[in-house]
Amino acid sequence: MGGLPAGRVEAVEHDYALWEKRVDAMVTLLSTRRLMTVDELRRNIEALGPEAYDRMTYYERWMHAVAQTMIQRGVVSLDEVGRKIAEVERRADVPL
Amino acid sequence: MSTHDSDHDDGHSHDAAAAHRHPPRADLGDTLTYYRAMEIGLRELLIDKGVFTADDVRKQVENMDSRSPAQGARVVAKAWVDPEYRKLLLQDGGEACVAAGFDRGPYKLVVVENTPDAHNVVVCTLCSCYPRWLLGLPPDWYKSRAYRSRVVREPRAVLREFGTEIPDHVTVRVHDSTADMRYLVLPQRPPGADGWSEERLAALVSRDAMIGVSVPRVP
Amino acid sequence: MSRSDSVEPRFQPGDRVEVRLAYPPGHVRTPYYIRGKAGIIERLCGVYGNPEELAYARPGLPRQPLYRVRFRQRDVWPDYRGRPVDTVDVEIFQHWLEAAP
Repeated sequence: MGGLPAGRVEAVEHDYALWEKRVDAMVTLLSTRRLMTVDELRRNIEALGPEAYDRMTYYERWMHAVAQTMIQRGVVSLDEVGRKIAEVERRADVPL
Repeated sequence: MSTHDSDHDDGHSHDAAAAHRHPPRADLGDTLTYYRAMEIGLRELLIDKGVFTADDVRKQVENMDSRSPAQGARVVAKAWVDPEYRKLLLQDGGEACVAAGFDRGPYKLVVVENTPDAHNVVVCTLCSCYPRWLLGLPPDWYKSRAYRSRVVREPRAVLREFGTEIPDHVTVRVHDSTADMRYLVLPQRPPGADGWSEERLAALVSRDAMIGVSVPRVP
Repeated sequence: MSRSDSVEPRFQPGDRVEVRLAYPPGHVRTPYYIRGKAGIIERLCGVYGNPEELAYARPGLPRQPLYRVRFRQRDVWPDYRGRPVDTVDVEIFQHWLEAAP
């Protein structure tokens, strides 16, 4: 990305949401357990392509890459992930 | 597009272990975005498979929360008062971190010193590499397209946008953290801080000064 | 035939080197903006696993020497407007470097 034209640097920052910190935590935990490397994380992020990259937030890209790496490594199956996400979404719809 | 407000996560102030068991609260009008659902789902799957525990996740979150630029600032202040420490810091950043009572860190630390003739600034054009064990998580702008594209090409203009004017006679050195090194700028000790204690000096050292987009000043 | 897991460092601080001009598919840690440019070895950082291989969950062998290479900004950007002596230091793996005259 170095050297490409871009606008003014907006000195924004935000407090990280808990879910974002947990994504970050998972990357560290998986790396120390040698179940992923930052290189795989980066490759999977780069593979998103510029449009998806720009549409997604930083930790959304990380989350995507963590899931991709776990699938690629065979730690989880695509089916398991799909079913689990659906289950989580269903739980969110249950009125409390 | 997901929101970043910590509001809706404050509602989940119970820790990751509890979050594993309870459905997320559908209050505050927030939406469970796809990636937030993926985070919950993948974490639960990995916990179920015994890859890590909910406690591991909580501890790691706390670990990162406990990191802040204050650590880096103490290292800088120590180098300002102790010439031997300064030499060590420039020669072997990791060893110097340990000597100051901090983690060596998972990467080699390269410390680059500002002098009257040279000003240093750090970037990771390829992603967002940053000495997190010393400074905590990087600010959004450090990870932005604008910073990563422009600071390597027009550092003086970008520094100016941060309110930092580098005089013409000073060389600007940009450091692109592309591989296994991580960088810390050792700023110059500002005038007007003679005889100050390490603690007082550390308070002058901002995160931005250790990235290189600003310089410490005595208020 | 035995194969060493690490490549021996070829360059010393002060050596003039050029970054290869190549565009392999996949994950590369050599930024586009310095491919084809010449600079000076600032230091040997150490020998590390090859990220291009690690990115595919492969062992990252052979491990490659990693250097910090210092470039003059005016050699990198044709329209650079700062001081002529301004520099950019980039970490580059040995297999991307060739000796330059």
